[in-house]
Amino acid sequence: MYKLWATILKDLQILTRDRVGLIVMFVMPIVLAVVITATQNSTFELVNKNKVSLLLCNKDTGDASRELVTAIEKVGMFEVKKVTAGETEKQLSDRMHEKDALVAIIIPPNFSARVDAKAKATAAKALNNLGLQTDTIKINNDSVQPISLLYHPVLQSSFRQSIQGALRSTLQMVQSKQVLKSIYLSLNETELPPALESEIINNQVAINEVPISRDGSKTIPNATQHNIPAWTIFAMFFVVISLGSNVVREKLSGSFIRLKTLPTNYFLALFSKQITYLFVTLLQACVIFAIGIWLFPIIGLPKLNLPTDLAGLFIVSFICGWCAVSFAVCVGVFAKTQEQANGIGAVSIVLMAAIGGLLVPSFAMPESFQQVIKLSPLHWCLEAYYGLFLEGGKLKDILISILPLLAITILIQLIALFGLKRKNLI
Amino acid sequence: MNAVAVSIQNLEFKYPGQITSCLNTINLEVAAGERFGLFGPNGAGKTTLMNCMTGLLNYQQGSIRLFGNEVINNRKTVNNLFGFVPQDFSFYQELSPVENLNFFGAWSGMDKAVIKKKSEELLEVLGLADVRNKPVEKFSGGMKRRVNLAIGVMNTPRILFLDEPTVGVDVHTRQAIISYLKELNNNGTTLIYTSHQLNEAEDLCNKIAMIDDGKIIVHDSLTQLLTEYKEEGLEGLFIHLTGKMYRDS
Repeated sequence: MYKLWATILKDLQILTRDRVGLIVMFVMPIVLAVVITATQNSTFELVNKNKVSLLLCNKDTGDASRELVTAIEKVGMFEVKKVTAGETEKQLSDRMHEKDALVAIIIPPNFSARVDAKAKATAAKALNNLGLQTDTIKINNDSVQPISLLYHPVLQSSFRQSIQGALRSTLQMVQSKQVLKSIYLSLNETELPPALESEIINNQVAINEVPISRDGSKTIPNATQHNIPAWTIFAMFFVVISLGSNVVREKLSGSFIRLKTLPTNYFLALFSKQITYLFVTLLQACVIFAIGIWLFPIIGLPKLNLPTDLAGLFIVSFICGWCAVSFAVCVGVFAKTQEQANGIGAVSIVLMAAIGGLLVPSFAMPESFQQVIKLSPLHWCLEAYYGLFLEGGKLKDILISILPLLAITILIQLIALFGLKRKNLI
Repeated sequence: MNAVAVSIQNLEFKYPGQITSCLNTINLEVAAGERFGLFGPNGAGKTTLMNCMTGLLNYQQGSIRLFGNEVINNRKTVNNLFGFVPQDFSFYQELSPVENLNFFGAWSGMDKAVIKKKSEELLEVLGLADVRNKPVEKFSGGMKRRVNLAIGVMNTPRILFLDEPTVGVDVHTRQAIISYLKELNNNGTTLIYTSHQLNEAEDLCNKIAMIDDGKIIVHDSLTQLLTEYKEEGLEGLFIHLTGKMYRDS
């Protein structure tokens, strides 16, 4: 037992003197967690709180276009800058290139007349179907000329979809209003009263957003709840840089020759490294969680809410850490140089993070990738953490993620053991 | 009659993938308490033979016994019998001498109290007491050699293998190391030593063997060999037996 303790102490002493290694293991993931969460949070706020600048060129003079402009202004998503009707598409795009706006809308001439005609035609059709309308209204089959939506190339697809959705909804409202007015006029031969119009148009059914959770909590997950578990896993697996090269350095150094001539099996050295670095990974998790809980609210980011099952959280962190450490030892055993260990280690972690759903959500990956995802230990780590952090699950709920993770860990250990035997290291 | 510390019989060794043997039918005996020097040109097989004796290399044929224990089959017992001072610095540069001694002492199977006592003694004897807590990476070459030696003798070995223990050190450090080795030998430790410092070897060794092309070409007391080959020193004897040609080209 004293041998093991002395070896752990030696590993801790070497580790604490490796400043670069400590920075890679602690500072880098913290910076990543803060930066990515802040970025994702501001993206969320851009869509939900901040306004997208929009140039609005109304080439029409009718009521429908005026109503459309008012409706766009009321969406709340845009900072509307109206431009004169005479501006051409080229002038608008030049303005956009000068970063005046990210989006521009051109309402074509005769828009209102066309919308009105189409509304009357639709109303007539409806009334005819009910047997209430004579054929006094000529049904006009001309379609309304489309509204042009110009967007800056920097605008990502998800933003464009949001903007288009908002516009479609406003346009739909304007068109529906026109149809309603036409029907009312045909039936009552008077204009639709504004109060009734407002009641009909604005009386929308509210959408109640309810996240499903196992513990019945109704908290809507924020960017922190998504990012902290992901970057904690990333940090844990990044011990490969320190531990992998530590194993290689020891193998290549004279100290390894000495160790082989002493009456202790080298397996003890690797066991000690696993214990030491497992402690490091748990410490990383504690530090990153603490930052999410206490630092994030101070710097204006959403606070991390820990899962209710803290024992489950510890067990998941322990298994994730053990898997990360096993992988690092495995890389160290097979790598011939420190450069190899660092290169293979870093690239493989980024790849496993990518296919594991840390960088892009796994549900968004193509069908062909769905089986590959399951090979990444980081995927199972993330699933287990999300089960606790986002779904409010308990340990028993995430066994389905923990068991494959344990199986992968044991497989990595066996591969490392095979490498040790093959290279005559133990 | 002294016990046999090292007994090598019909030893054959070749590296994986090699056709010819690196060590050919080596037969050698080193009595307990001897200061034995193994010399030869570069590439003759000195380090390979020493690595076989310390169990770092697995020989294919023959036998090596340390105090009667076959090296290959009794690793744990054998590893308790000897200490090793490799030519390369074999310790953790990030750690201090005390930390290195504590760790390697524990790996030698010593208990905490014994480690503490022994390391204090070694630091004092080898002039490292003042720098005991400084990281070894900041030491001079001579100080590192002393740390290397201290770790090698930490477990009070019955046999001490030394592979060029004084390479790259100044005269003072060399004198100190040789003097300490003699003291160890007086206390019963058998020394098995290789070096290219033949003057130093002449001063230290009482028995020598010359190895060339993987074969032992002579093995006797230094005095006997000098008389036999009519040479005045080890350097002359070396040239006489191995020739003047470069051997590692």
